[in-house]
Amino acid sequence: MLTVDDLSVHYGRIRAVRGVSLRVAPGEIVGLLGPNGAGKTTTLAAVAGAHRPAAGRVTLAGADVTGQPAERMVRHGVTMVPEGRRIFATLTVAENLAIGATVRRDRAGAAADVEEQLARFPVLRRYYRSPAGLLSGGEQQQLAIARALLSRPRLLLLDEPSLGLAPQLVDLVFETVARLRDEGLTVLLVEQNASRAVDLADRCYVMRGGEVVARAGRGELHPDRLGALYLGDRELL
Amino acid sequence: MTTAAQWVVDALTAGSFYALFALGIALIFGIMQLVNFAHGELIMVGAYVVYLTHAWPWPLMLAAAVAAVVVLALAMERIAFRPVRGANPATLLITSFAVSFLLQNLAQMVFTTLPKSADVLPGLSRSVSAGRLSVSWLSVVTIVTTAALLAGLALFLRRTRLGVQMRAAAEDFQMARLCGVRSNRVVAAAFAIGGLLAGVGAVLLVAQTGGISITMGLAPVLFGFTAAAVGGLGSLPGAVAGGYLLGAGTTLLQYALPYQLAGYRDAFLFLGVFALMSVRPGGLLRAPDAAVRV
Repeated sequence: MLTVDDLSVHYGRIRAVRGVSLRVAPGEIVGLLGPNGAGKTTTLAAVAGAHRPAAGRVTLAGADVTGQPAERMVRHGVTMVPEGRRIFATLTVAENLAIGATVRRDRAGAAADVEEQLARFPVLRRYYRSPAGLLSGGEQQQLAIARALLSRPRLLLLDEPSLGLAPQLVDLVFETVARLRDEGLTVLLVEQNASRAVDLADRCYVMRGGEVVARAGRGELHPDRLGALYLGDRELL
Repeated sequence: MTTAAQWVVDALTAGSFYALFALGIALIFGIMQLVNFAHGELIMVGAYVVYLTHAWPWPLMLAAAVAAVVVLALAMERIAFRPVRGANPATLLITSFAVSFLLQNLAQMVFTTLPKSADVLPGLSRSVSAGRLSVSWLSVVTIVTTAALLAGLALFLRRTRLGVQMRAAAEDFQMARLCGVRSNRVVAAAFAIGGLLAGVGAVLLVAQTGGISITMGLAPVLFGFTAAAVGGLGSLPGAVAGGYLLGAGTTLLQYALPYQLAGYRDAFLFLGVFALMSVRPGGLLRAPDAAVRV
């Protein structure tokens, strides 16, 4: 589904991501883990088209999509739920969902999908005509995921979906992501809550200092090993 | 009582002008973070089109002025501002000054520096009186036209797909793009609507003052920018509120200041703006940050 080869992203003189390569197969959840400043979000943003890579290649189902702008990546089937939700606070929940369906041409299909998301996240129906800024953090996260799903993505990029949420809401988010995989969606997940991400993901990449320092399949990343990798052990490379 | 009613009419008339100009500036600022000082030159070009076409039937004159300004606004976006989109605010500001001076100099080459005059819609200078209250038809037309434009714009922004996309882009441009909103389309729409407002404003301004000059856009853009800042830069309701507040302040000072100080009206007005901005630096109706309940 997604192939990233030797990707580098620079912010001026800062080389935030250096030579990152990763693969995401259809229908799997791939975790992108690592400490703060590892380059995980920048990698995700480069795949989503929010940052232009300095070097490297991003391929989606065999097609080279390197450096394509975000609005075109959504049309290719890549949608990102960014860190901090970034819902449109002054727009209603309904309008946020409508923005999520921007790329849809089938109005009837989009309307049916809105109903499906309202069934998936019932709290959104309750606040359907209210400004999204009035929602709690957990409700906003549900809205952000529902908004992203309305573009009917082939690949969902999730950046820190559990950040700042109460524990029961973290459970809800992870259950939702697992269900999305069961429905056939492919997910690339950046997550600080490493142990939960390792449990959920089919495979994981660990990044540090802008590079991939380890990759592992399900069950191969013991928490002690993961801790060592965060701190600098490259044994699993 | 009559004086109060007269004041309300005058304040609404002045406020309508400021709201039209402020809204055009706020719309583009909201999406591009650009304070477009070349917005004044859109008004200036609209006024010169009025000068060239004022002998035509008024609907044609109005259509010509608005069409010319909308086309110019779209060209301005495509040629000057699209290449620097996403650049830092200083670059955007300098680009807007460059466009402003370029258009002024082009107008000077074509029309010279001598001011022109045009008697536009002379019938509107007549007044209707009720007791001691006297209202010109131009005031009525200005107030009603502005109200209709504001209502139409509000409907457009709330009820159409493009309008909702523009509001989303004004709140978080990058996130809107991550949702698939086409950046070129929403930015071009913002410039086109800004051009429409500037074109109508130019016609009303020439109808009111009768004068046209290459620097005539400066005062409207300054007052429009001030009104937008008073309302909360980027907030469209704020820009309208700021426009009418500025109109009320201008008219109040006009009525209240003694004859000897009347020439310093704008100095007193901007003193008030300074005081207001000291208390509320973000403006009256700055879009609130999303209050998050966890």
